[in-house]
Amino acid sequence: MLDVQNLNKSFGGVQATRDVSLNFPAGSLTAIIGPNGAGKTTFFNLISGHIRPDSGRILFEGRDLVGLSSLEVVRRGMARAFQVASLFPSLTVREAMTAAVTSHQRRSAGLFSRFPLSGSRDRVQELLELLGLSAKADVLSANLSHGDQKLLDIGLALAMEPKVLLLDEPTAGMGPDERWRMIDKVHRLWQAKQLTMIFIEHDMDIVFKISQTVHVLKYGAVLAQGTPEEIRRNQDVIDAYLGTDHHMALAAEEA
Amino acid sequence: MRRESLRDLFIAAVALAVLLVLPVLFPQPALRDFLVYVIAYGLLAMSLNLLVGLTGLVSFGHAAYFASGAYSFGLLMQSGHFSVPMAMLCALAGTALLALVIGAICVRLKEIYFSFITLAFQMFIHSIILTWVDVTGGDQGLRGGIPRPAFLGIDLSQAGTLYAFCAVVFIVCLLIMRQVWQSPFGYTLRMIRDNPARANFLGVNVLRMKLGIFVLAGTMASMAGILMALFVSGAYAEFAFWTMSGEAIFMIMLGGMQVFLGPVIGAFLLQTLNHYVTIYTEHHGLVLGLVILAIVLGLRRGVADYARDWLAARRTTREAAALEAKPAKKAVS
Ligand SMILES: Nc1ncnc2c1ncn2[C@@H]1O[C@H](COP(=O)(O)OP(=O)(O)OP(=O)(O)O)[C@@H](O)[C@H]1O
Ligand SMILES: [Mg+2]
Repeated sequence: MLDVQNLNKSFGGVQATRDVSLNFPAGSLTAIIGPNGAGKTTFFNLISGHIRPDSGRILFEGRDLVGLSSLEVVRRGMARAFQVASLFPSLTVREAMTAAVTSHQRRSAGLFSRFPLSGSRDRVQELLELLGLSAKADVLSANLSHGDQKLLDIGLALAMEPKVLLLDEPTAGMGPDERWRMIDKVHRLWQAKQLTMIFIEHDMDIVFKISQTVHVLKYGAVLAQGTPEEIRRNQDVIDAYLGTDHHMALAAEEA
Repeated sequence: MRRESLRDLFIAAVALAVLLVLPVLFPQPALRDFLVYVIAYGLLAMSLNLLVGLTGLVSFGHAAYFASGAYSFGLLMQSGHFSVPMAMLCALAGTALLALVIGAICVRLKEIYFSFITLAFQMFIHSIILTWVDVTGGDQGLRGGIPRPAFLGIDLSQAGTLYAFCAVVFIVCLLIMRQVWQSPFGYTLRMIRDNPARANFLGVNVLRMKLGIFVLAGTMASMAGILMALFVSGAYAEFAFWTMSGEAIFMIMLGGMQVFLGPVIGAFLLQTLNHYVTIYTEHHGLVLGLVILAIVLGLRRGVADYARDWLAARRTTREAAALEAKPAKKAVS
């Protein structure tokens, strides 16, 4: 589905991505972990067409995405949600979702019809129910709680009917209970939609619980990859985290 | 047809009726003149608000298209080969083309750079008008009057007919802009205003959409310019001066940019202020400045936006009060 080969990216002196090669099979659920500044978000920025790699290839269904704009990447079927929810503050939840669905239907330049188009209503309702946002459909995006903002952000990406969904820290900034509720939703989404899902996550319990494969980045390079079981026992990973994230070290030792 | 569209049509019909009846009730020519200015400036401000309020693009050079409409219409009419509607169509099409060329460059720039480059193009057009004296009349303006031959039995050289014509064109333009405002395109523009990067990640071609609304807004501004040229029977270099764009921004700030009709209300307020302030004092710039300052600092938005927010706040407190009242009643019964 998605095959990344020898990806490199530097910002001035900082090499944010070093020779990263990762493979994401169709229908897989993969976690990307790594300390702060490891280059996780940069990796998403590269494969979603937001920034251009210095070198390397991003094969999506066999075709190279390098050089395509984020617009073209979305249209090929890869959508993303953001570390800090990226929304439309002055639109209500329903308006934002409808606008996204309308865009996906390539009707966003329509001048002679009225918004919302009748052809988008069912789809929007379905997505709102899937995310559990129906009750808040008429709330302004800016007035949503932090957790609902993250959900809406994912919902907007889902409106693109992606084959590959990139989630950048879906549980960022949430309390423990909210985290599990969120990740539960994400997990059910993955099952229901048969997506290829890649998510960045700091909470090791979550990562070990739901992911099939874990890729570990450090200083922009791939430090390790494998099943949660393998990563848990990987000495490099334990060492890498000992200095930076005590929680990871504990989680690893408990196992 | 959808209920919302019917409601808009109904409101438009009522507004048109009011506009047409007013001069009959109060036949002083001064009122008619006043209303034509409100119509022309209101249309200019409304068209600018398609960029400012709807798309988040603050153009400082919008009057360029107002002037382009006025001058091209005036010149076509003076050539004697065109009827009024034909000249209007050509002036609109010509301005659309001008806005397409200028917009193709401008929409690539963001925020303050966008504002500056639109201003730069306007100053460029202003200086062309000033220097190309043979055609434009330079700083004297387009002289000799603009002929208004009758068409389809409509004789615009009669003041009353001209006024009615302006009113009808104005309402039709408002309806068109209302449709833009409520269309899928309008909501796409709101996405761009709020968060262009995210819109791009959701498959919106941001540049193309911005260019589309830039051309549309320019064309609407040229319609305002045409009405003005018809009314004053001329065109002047001031039409393309930066103060004209500034006034349009004033009106938007005064009236409000989030309520659809805000800019028209702003145009009405500014014209009224202008009218009375010039009667009572010579320092009319000073007074206008103070009023703007009071509105910006006091209300922090235009009057229509303020009224809308106030109504919304009142509704929510009432709903909350009603919710509190209900359980109390139950307890009594
Ligand atoms: N646009 C940019 N310009 C310059 N430097 C950048 C840019 N984007 C990222 N970087 C740098 O690249 C490195 C990796 O950043 P990135 O945001 O990818 O980390 P991350 O793994 O997502 O971290 P976090 O867990 O804190 O989100 C950092 O040193 C960062 O400062
Ligand atoms: Mg990050």
